[in-house]
Amino acid sequence: MKILVCISHVPDTTSKINFTENNSKFDKSGVQFVINPNDEFGLTRAIWFKEKNNATIDVINVGLQDTESTLRKALAIGADRAVRINHDPKDGLSVAKHISDYIKLNSYDLIIAGRESIDYNGGMVPGMISAFTDINFIDKCIDLKISGNNVEASREIEGGKENISTHLPLIIGGQKGLVEESDLRIPNMRGIMMARKKELLVIDSDEDYFATHSKDFEKPQPKGEVTIVQADEVEKLIDLLHNEAKAL
Amino acid sequence: MKILIFAETDENGNFKKDALEIASYASQVSSENGGSLIALSFNASEPERLSNYGVQKTINAKNQELNNFDPEIYSNCISEIFKSENCDLLVLSSSSNSKYIGGILSVKIDAGYVTNVISKPTMGDRISVQRNTFTNKAFENVEIMKSKVILAISKNSYGLKENQINSEAIETNFNISESRNKVKSVEKTSNKVTIADADIVVSGGRGLKGPENWHLIENLADILGGATACSKPVSDLGWRPHSEHVGQTGKPVSSNLYIAIGISGAIQHLAGVNSSKVKVVINTDPEAPFFKAADYGIVGDAFEVVPRLIDKLKEFKSSNG
Repeated sequence: MKILVCISHVPDTTSKINFTENNSKFDKSGVQFVINPNDEFGLTRAIWFKEKNNATIDVINVGLQDTESTLRKALAIGADRAVRINHDPKDGLSVAKHISDYIKLNSYDLIIAGRESIDYNGGMVPGMISAFTDINFIDKCIDLKISGNNVEASREIEGGKENISTHLPLIIGGQKGLVEESDLRIPNMRGIMMARKKELLVIDSDEDYFATHSKDFEKPQPKGEVTIVQADEVEKLIDLLHNEAKAL
Repeated sequence: MKILIFAETDENGNFKKDALEIASYASQVSSENGGSLIALSFNASEPERLSNYGVQKTINAKNQELNNFDPEIYSNCISEIFKSENCDLLVLSSSSNSKYIGGILSVKIDAGYVTNVISKPTMGDRISVQRNTFTNKAFENVEIMKSKVILAISKNSYGLKENQINSEAIETNFNISESRNKVKSVEKTSNKVTIADADIVVSGGRGLKGPENWHLIENLADILGGATACSKPVSDLGWRPHSEHVGQTGKPVSSNLYIAIGISGAIQHLAGVNSSKVKVVINTDPEAPFFKAADYGIVGDAFEVVPRLIDKLKEFKSSNG
């Protein structure tokens, strides 16, 4: 089984979000970058398929050279080979179209992408890849079992889950549930050493696929002071929520 | 400008609140820009109801196969209508199912697609909108470079606005091909309100000390008609299911009222609940970061404050109907 895991290079969840160049670009200075958490759950599930079903794992990112540290981390925790499409993507379409072009030239049985990146929160890449490649797609996947060509998957729906049976090839929109938080792997020294020897293929692209243009960013207004209510006066809270906040 | 909305219904064929919200939004956009507004619904029981929210024509498909959501079938039907009606703009909600098909639809109709939209579009040579990004830590102004546009509206960002007009509802029937996904079964965790649909969300953290104390959260949610949720540590500890985890790597919450009990307010948690309109925190620690993000706060022990709050809410509910 050949697996491709799409890896987004995103600021760590604790990062302060600031902008530069007249608020037109995310300010990367002092920011720690990580594998997008939704992608990491998928990558870890892929590593289980490698260990139990002899799968091979490629990871792919559309980005400039600074994303290679994140791809190396994916190699250190168990991916076999990394591909970087050397292009600064302008939007989700740009990422999805580049990855789809690569998939069409290199067939995969299973493609895993996080349901959403935690930076720009577009949530559109896996669905777009599905439409470009005409490969079936299950979003918000929280359980995935594969035997031969047959797939048993569960997806999270509002208020529960839906159990689906289908077959490969398949695209998954990954998230927590594919594996648990405690299953995530921290790269060890041996993995880091091995990752240095693994292939990281760079493919140049000057294809300008995009459908949207990010003009600029704004930060929310600072919040007003909290109104404190005494613990023995909860009726006052109810009154404020009813009359002032109109929330009850 | 010709606008299409996809108006989702629940299992009884009633329009979801999200559907009424995007109808309200699209109706305003249409009247400001001189356009027309069509809705597409699947097996709606009262398709004419959308006329209360400014929809001029509702196309209601009557197909058994559309009773259950399927990404291929749904996206094929929606793009077929978008094309045959010569639409320019498709407005979607931010429900799980709409998010599932949004990316697929954008390729099928070659549209510029923007999610988490929180403003009406500004028209110029190109359409621009504002959206939430970086998990509510920032807003982004985006310009759409294609002539066809899909906007997925962030829940509760516009609200419901009634605007009764004369309208027509017509029935249609699609030729539906088989899907590659076979749904074997659906497991509902409860019959209660879901986090996605709830106007009020009551959320518990490690301050509750253990899953055996969750009746406090559940009872408070029950009396408010709200959904229950939890912080990341609580779901990681297995006290509550993952589906209740709200925050940056869990579910986003954009309810009208969010009540955090025994949750200190890590930056990832606050990001996920930031777009809720009114936030209340109950915590023993006055230094908890949540107090900086909340509108109202009580410094106190959840085990004393919550039962008192439940009692007083019962009195409030009985006197306010």
